[in-house]
Amino acid sequence: MASPSGTPTKITQGSQTKGGIGESTLRPDGTLKVTGEFAYSSDMWHEDMLWGQILRSTVAHAEIVSIDTSEALVMPGVYAVLTYDDLPTDVKNYGLEIQDTPVLAHGKVRHHGEPVALVAADHPETARRAAAKIKVDYRELPVITDEASATAPDALLVHENRDDHHAGHVPHPNIVHRQPIVRGDVAAARERADVIVTGEYTFGMQDQAFLGPESGLAVPEEDGGVHLYIATQWLHSDLRQIAPVLGLPEDKVRMTLSGVGGAFGGREDLSMQIHACLLALRTGKPVKIVYNRFESFFGHVHRHPAKLHYEHGATKDGKLTHLKCRIVLDGGAYASASPAVVGNASSLSVGPYVVEDVDIEAIALYTNNPPCGAMRGFGAVQACFAYEAQMDKLAAKLGMDPVEFRRLNAMEQGTLLPTGQPVDSPAPVAELLRRVKAMPMPPERQWESSEGADVRQLPGGLSNTTHGEGVVRGVGYAVGIKNVGFSEGFDDYSTAKVRMEVVAGEPVATVHTAMAEVGQGGVTVHAQIARTELGVTQVTIHPADTQVGSAGSTSASRQTYVTGGAVKNSCELVREKVLEIGRRKFGSYHPAWATAELLLEGGKVVTDGGEVLSDLADVLEGETVEVEAEWRHRPTEPFDLRTGQGNGHVQYSFAAHRAVVEVDTELGLVKVIELACAQDVGKALNPLSVLGQIQGGTTQGLGVAVMEEIVVDPKTAKVKNPSFTDYLIPTILDTPTIPVDVLELADEHAPYGLRGIGEAPTLSSTPAVLAAIRNATGLELNRTPVRPEHLTGTQLSEG
Amino acid sequence: MRVNFTVNGRPQEADDVWEGESLLYVLRERLGLPGSKNACEQGECGSCTVRLDGVPVCSCLVAAGQVEGREVVTVEGLADFAKQRAEGGCASGACGTSLQNAQEWQAQGTDSQTGEGTELSPIQQAFIDAGAVQCGFCTPGLLVAADEMLERNPNPTDADIREALSGNLCRCTGYEKIMDAVRLAAARQSEAV
Amino acid sequence: MDFLRPASWEEALAAKAEHPTAVPIAGGTDVMVEINFDHRRPEYLLDLNRIGDLGEWEVGEESVRLGASVPYTKIMENLRAELPGLALASHTVASPQIRNRGGVGGNLGTASPAGDAHPALLAAGAEVEVESVRGSRRIPIDAFYTGVKRNALAADELIRAVHVKKADGPQQFSKVGTRNAMVIAVCAFGLALHPGTRSVRTGIGSAAPTPVRARAAEEFLNAALEEGGFWDNGRIITPSVAKQFADLCSAACNPIDDVRGTASYRRHAVGVMARRTLTWTWESYRGARRTTEGAA
Repeated sequence: MASPSGTPTKITQGSQTKGGIGESTLRPDGTLKVTGEFAYSSDMWHEDMLWGQILRSTVAHAEIVSIDTSEALVMPGVYAVLTYDDLPTDVKNYGLEIQDTPVLAHGKVRHHGEPVALVAADHPETARRAAAKIKVDYRELPVITDEASATAPDALLVHENRDDHHAGHVPHPNIVHRQPIVRGDVAAARERADVIVTGEYTFGMQDQAFLGPESGLAVPEEDGGVHLYIATQWLHSDLRQIAPVLGLPEDKVRMTLSGVGGAFGGREDLSMQIHACLLALRTGKPVKIVYNRFESFFGHVHRHPAKLHYEHGATKDGKLTHLKCRIVLDGGAYASASPAVVGNASSLSVGPYVVEDVDIEAIALYTNNPPCGAMRGFGAVQACFAYEAQMDKLAAKLGMDPVEFRRLNAMEQGTLLPTGQPVDSPAPVAELLRRVKAMPMPPERQWESSEGADVRQLPGGLSNTTHGEGVVRGVGYAVGIKNVGFSEGFDDYSTAKVRMEVVAGEPVATVHTAMAEVGQGGVTVHAQIARTELGVTQVTIHPADTQVGSAGSTSASRQTYVTGGAVKNSCELVREKVLEIGRRKFGSYHPAWATAELLLEGGKVVTDGGEVLSDLADVLEGETVEVEAEWRHRPTEPFDLRTGQGNGHVQYSFAAHRAVVEVDTELGLVKVIELACAQDVGKALNPLSVLGQIQGGTTQGLGVAVMEEIVVDPKTAKVKNPSFTDYLIPTILDTPTIPVDVLELADEHAPYGLRGIGEAPTLSSTPAVLAAIRNATGLELNRTPVRPEHLTGTQLSEG
Repeated sequence: MRVNFTVNGRPQEADDVWEGESLLYVLRERLGLPGSKNACEQGECGSCTVRLDGVPVCSCLVAAGQVEGREVVTVEGLADFAKQRAEGGCASGACGTSLQNAQEWQAQGTDSQTGEGTELSPIQQAFIDAGAVQCGFCTPGLLVAADEMLERNPNPTDADIREALSGNLCRCTGYEKIMDAVRLAAARQSEAV
Repeated sequence: MDFLRPASWEEALAAKAEHPTAVPIAGGTDVMVEINFDHRRPEYLLDLNRIGDLGEWEVGEESVRLGASVPYTKIMENLRAELPGLALASHTVASPQIRNRGGVGGNLGTASPAGDAHPALLAAGAEVEVESVRGSRRIPIDAFYTGVKRNALAADELIRAVHVKKADGPQQFSKVGTRNAMVIAVCAFGLALHPGTRSVRTGIGSAAPTPVRARAAEEFLNAALEEGGFWDNGRIITPSVAKQFADLCSAACNPIDDVRGTASYRRHAVGVMARRTLTWTWESYRGARRTTEGAA
């Protein structure tokens, strides 16, 4: 890892303690995960448990004329069949921001695969057979699938009688939310431009494709409540949505985080949570629901597909003059996180560049397509794909090197975003580009060997399509900006409960949060923070549940920052209490207790001069110190609905990529040879985990560049490829080496100077690969993913 | 129907098996061995990889009835399996298990949350050490596949590793740390010899 | 559902005769996915795993008798010399795990146009040995595929083996997928040179309702090679001949647009693969000729 060229974070407390921050300590759950004993949500098992099955709509938009469950109900082994009419309270909808999603369809289905009825039975096959016996009579309605059909004068409304908080300011009820951003004088700036470049870009629908399918176990409890073992990204958000539908107070819905098999945004919304609870409460038995892969594609939201219209101008010396852009995101049938995605897409639509005059508009549509919401990168991904394509076009038009052109316009600390908000922490955009360009190039023609061509290293791989024929190399660059944490005035806090006590003569810290560990390594980092702050080696991470306050969501690259910040804060409070006890117990023995700056190091209380005052074990003997406290980052504010102005974000994350590809130009097949990344992480709390995040995010960006897309039939709004046979994600043979150069420039506002890291690499990876393919083929390529058809001119006539 | 077979050296019997059940379902839901994972159930992800008579297969594509009388090794038994191999015992898994071994076998569960103190196979340890585990859902299948590859090919090239693991999807890591882990296990293995 | 576990081939035939709707299962690649995803609920599953004979092969004078369940991995490892096209095709099947269990019998039984073995079998020349309690017969591969996912098997018949002609010249197989491994064919192409009969054979996958040969392309190339004395003089095939061959292979396709690819792309890609595999096989043939001549 490269040494930072900026200000390193200075850490005094805990710097002598092993396993603290900055070390690549290993995962505490690693052993369980490699032995198969880590209990994922689909691994839960209970004596006498039943299996839940969901019947989903076979059409995208229809009135439900009738539902007949009689045949299913009488099947042996069936314990319950539930429809909308069986919901126990008046609350029948849920949703992250807008409660527009029916728990079970009522009168109407709005997308293919919408839940209509539930079955509980003693075997999954019995439940499937029973679900198949439920007769649903649909009267099909025309489908709304794009902006034209959504806003046509006679368009059906996806949601009638909207009364949500966005309903008043949108130009059409089929628009979930609209965010304009206007700043400066675009008309005047346009006059100054020597070149103007426009583009229409299309971003396909990407799926999170986490490997652990949606699943969980709901166990009814004696007090009439229910205990849900679940894989989610945010326990308390789930709880807030589940309890009202069940008609239970929140304290009667207990939630424990089970093992989470990846998330990437796809577990921000509810999936089977309420369904399992309803069946458990109805039958009085534990109910397990496990989606299969087919169902998983219908069971969670996807990344918004987008159409992006961009116009940039630049002077002939290479300075950007203005940006006009319009971003249309397809939110599908339900709102999910669409409003926040609109906020991100609009406020980050300029990218990490200085552009003073802007006219920006982003909207999200209601359509009958699959609902879309959170996925890693959240609105910033789509924008980055478009603005980076624009940067290359501008550079080409000006005859400039694309990296130099970007560097010339790169934002830096102090630059104003189009929202008027100054970037008040390091923004090393030019430096990241310089670094990624300086990395050594992979050798040419690596496939050549003495025994002929190694097809595994060529486009097409094992399929043996080329031995070098038609293969052209291309190189492309991209850089992006992602906000960290929840923006636009959201009260983005986290809670940590930290306890210190003596166990078997040793000081031990216990960290209890509701943070969802989804694989990112939060549990590793929390233990490191506790070691650093409390000077102990033994740290226990308590399982995440709702017996402690909310940790917020494991998304928006925020958990190390916010829950990490909460753990740090609670540890500091614990440390103060421990020192108070020490002063009380031992203060009279040594004046330093009163006069010196005291640290906890290596299980001891020491002065800043290094003098040992006491063993922690002695201080804590007979004492338990526990603190549960909330912690917040600096507040943000909403964007003005008319001008988009406002200090909406709290922090930013920057990454740059260089992609080297080899394209079989005749067959349109792409092999990515290398995807180099440079990223500023502020402070790497766990360098090994940092690399894992960057490489994993990079690979998801690669996937949507060349293969990943949920294909929805525009005539029926039905999903055509809900399986791992036809929704392809990169294999190890599709994934190149990913060298990473990590920069650590502290953000003085953040704990330890750290920066959220998980999403930024997903942004720039895709446009870098596209740029490299353009470089190899000379084609314009305004959509992603790129399919062989696009590289060979053999797409459908309408495509 | 009833199915009798051997899992991780131990005879097992599953009763009332529905004829359409996969080996994966039987392992996970009937035998209390959920280590083999259910990510796709269509042979496209490798997360359910087990060794069937020594050969790595997707257990989701094996009908339960097809394993009658056969030998299965799952991730839960990988450490024991590797240990036996290292001690010069049967490596293929197809040579049967002595009665004594069968009786001695037990699940390597531990009380602690971290599973500390568990004896691991070299590939398991390498996955932890190299940071190849994130969410971990692909890990069991990858371990079984990688262990078998190193058994056949102790000094794999990078291309060999990629080919051998091309049937195992991972969504978290971008595979770089998985490559590191397999290289590490291979290196440690050759040092040990 | 019932699970039938015949211990011998004869028992399997008897079971299939008694239950003609029974679905044979060997590697499980297709059948288990259909069951797992609730696409199929056969009344009977007929397990063929216990019939050891199906996993064996014999190399004869003229051909290889390949048991229906010989796993693709074994074909790759053991039959590369005798069945090079099929060995290459086997290497493109799904994943190592699936190659360890799946065999050609499954591809033939499912008869999906996307089955990877078909183009190689068509190009090499093969006969499918099928049997029922009524007796045994051999179906020429050209007559085997009768429609989309339909084949020439009678309801009581099972596939026992495939007799594939041993290679008498170079063979190649190419498959286009949008991923570098573990991918179903968007389209595929097999080519075999048969210097013994001075002929070429082709096979096209996933570009028509069934796997097909590009007969017009074969005839054109056979004639062109003969006319130009190419088999004897070993000259480089003229680009115009290669192009015409490729165009005729494209023309032999009757593809559809689907989520995996467009018809137009499939036609195009088959042409590219035809040209490339012709170049590779012909280069190999010329190389072998030079070696032979050099030795003589």
